[in-house]
Amino acid sequence: MSGPDRIAGRALQSLGAVGAGLLVVLLALPLVGLVTRIAPGTLIARLREPMVLDALRLSLLTSTASTALIVVLGLPVAYLLTTRDFPGKRVVELLVDLPMVLPPTVAGVGLLTAFGRAGLAGDALEVVGVTLPFTTLGVVVAQTFVAAPFFIRATRAGLSEVDRRYLDAAATLRSPPYEIFLRVMLPLALPSLLAGAAMGWARALGEFGATITFAGNMPGVTQTMPLAVYIALQTDLDAAIALSVLLLLVSVAVLLAVRLLPLRLTLPAADADRQSR
Amino acid sequence: MLIANLAERRGAFELAVEFTALPGEVTVLVGESGAGKTSILRLLAGLSRPGRGHIILDDQVYADVDKAVWRPAWHRDVGYVAQDFALFPHLTASDNVGFGLRALGVPSGDRRARVEESLRRAGVAELGGRLPAQLSGGQQQRVALARALVLRPRLLLLDEPLSALDVQTRRQLRGELRALLRELPCVTVYVTHSPLEALVFGDRIVVVDDGKISQAGSRAELLRRPRSRYVAELIGTNLLVGRQATMASTGPRVRTADGTLEIGGGPGEGAVFAAVSPREITLSRERPEGSAQNVFAGPVLELAPEPPAGERVRVVLGTDPPLVAEVTEASVAALGLEEGVTVHAAFKATGVTTYT
Repeated sequence: MSGPDRIAGRALQSLGAVGAGLLVVLLALPLVGLVTRIAPGTLIARLREPMVLDALRLSLLTSTASTALIVVLGLPVAYLLTTRDFPGKRVVELLVDLPMVLPPTVAGVGLLTAFGRAGLAGDALEVVGVTLPFTTLGVVVAQTFVAAPFFIRATRAGLSEVDRRYLDAAATLRSPPYEIFLRVMLPLALPSLLAGAAMGWARALGEFGATITFAGNMPGVTQTMPLAVYIALQTDLDAAIALSVLLLLVSVAVLLAVRLLPLRLTLPAADADRQSR
Repeated sequence: MLIANLAERRGAFELAVEFTALPGEVTVLVGESGAGKTSILRLLAGLSRPGRGHIILDDQVYADVDKAVWRPAWHRDVGYVAQDFALFPHLTASDNVGFGLRALGVPSGDRRARVEESLRRAGVAELGGRLPAQLSGGQQQRVALARALVLRPRLLLLDEPLSALDVQTRRQLRGELRALLRELPCVTVYVTHSPLEALVFGDRIVVVDDGKISQAGSRAELLRRPRSRYVAELIGTNLLVGRQATMASTGPRVRTADGTLEIGGGPGEGAVFAAVSPREITLSRERPEGSAQNVFAGPVLELAPEPPAGERVRVVLGTDPPLVAEVTEASVAALGLEEGVTVHAAFKATGVTTYT
């Protein structure tokens, strides 16, 4: 290698190292800041405050409800997108992915124009006696809208990874498609499904923009933890940090669970490979 | 009886086959990989739809494109053993075998009894509690067979059931599988690329070549009268294709693209097959003087000892037409045969079997 090339190579390498170092600092320092800012005793005391407890209860309730809704509605969508071809499939795929890149506040405004009192479906909702804006149900709808793609993506990936041979084998064992789905696809794709549900749940738990736009910020009704953090920040910094630390711990737990889940469940297959050789 | 008449086109590949298979017999579909054997099996199983044709099993029409009839796999009395067995990895051997019974709604008591019986007959009674990952290849094959047979199918489809196994296990299972298949009352269709397996298992052998059937018949028929280069190679004989012509001055002859054969007699004028057993051919370094009417000269291309080593040696010759001879090891030594040496291959007119 000639001199100038070597110098250029070295320069690029150092530049990369500096960049990587900066990014790690950027990502890690806030976490360090959060966990070192207040003493564990203060943290626990703050978490016992009524505003915090209300927000915690509401967050757990709504994010679990929206995750359940996402699984019930998302599973058929993921199945159809994985196994069938139909006209307009591309459009559905686009729709399903869109919330991942859409700014959450835009999602919230969109939800208002669709399901608000003056929205497109406002009259229809009023007839059946359902009010979404500024209600707990509205929080669930906002979270569902934003978090559904995480579940659907992971589930599609899991379902499409189930080996065609197993589906064929099941079909020749007198099993129609719904039975193949329930007894072969679903159990084999379960790790992906659980991972997707966990990611969706975590995304719902952290939802802020769509919620505050569509459902508002009423303590005990629509004020979830991220909203409470934002409010607390203006009055009680310690409470904001306590809530943030809690959310951080939950996020880390979900991430670890998602990482470990597929690993544990695919271990027997790795054994199979070793033995058959 | 199974009656299959199937045609489909997939890209440049065209499949068009018509054959029958009898209950209590094993019908082997043999051919090189890519010939369309597995496609046929998938059509019979109901895993894919034919472009044209029909599949009839006894009184049941499984598919008839003209009448828009098609039964999917789960509505057919079919047992299917895939090449790599495809045991469900999340279920124990017992649950794998019970899978179809459960789909049929067989009550759990009956189910357990039938599963045990089926595992026992396949020789893996004690392995019911294991997951596929904990089974050897041979054990997986037995469980896959038990899973297919527990439903008492009227049509059993086997796709290369031995090819995923190591050589030793394959040899051991071959005999067992053959005995087991012999006793089955159903129509059995067995797909393989192995000529040996075709001859071991096939009561009837259907040779599939590039999407078409090049020959079908009993094992004996196939051995006596091969009708394609593939079959000839499969049973190790020389096959030439040509036209018979009889002239007053000579005897009957077969004119092939590569040369003319003297024959002892034949079916008459027109297109014929001419088979010459490798053992009918004698080799010499000098042009022979004797009674052999057919003599072709050419170089030795390859020497291959026949298994089990010792008895005879196959000699592949670059003659026109190309021939394979089988000679004793003593002759190889006496003639000083080695690759590149020019020899004369001679056989009598009566050593040529001709048929249409």
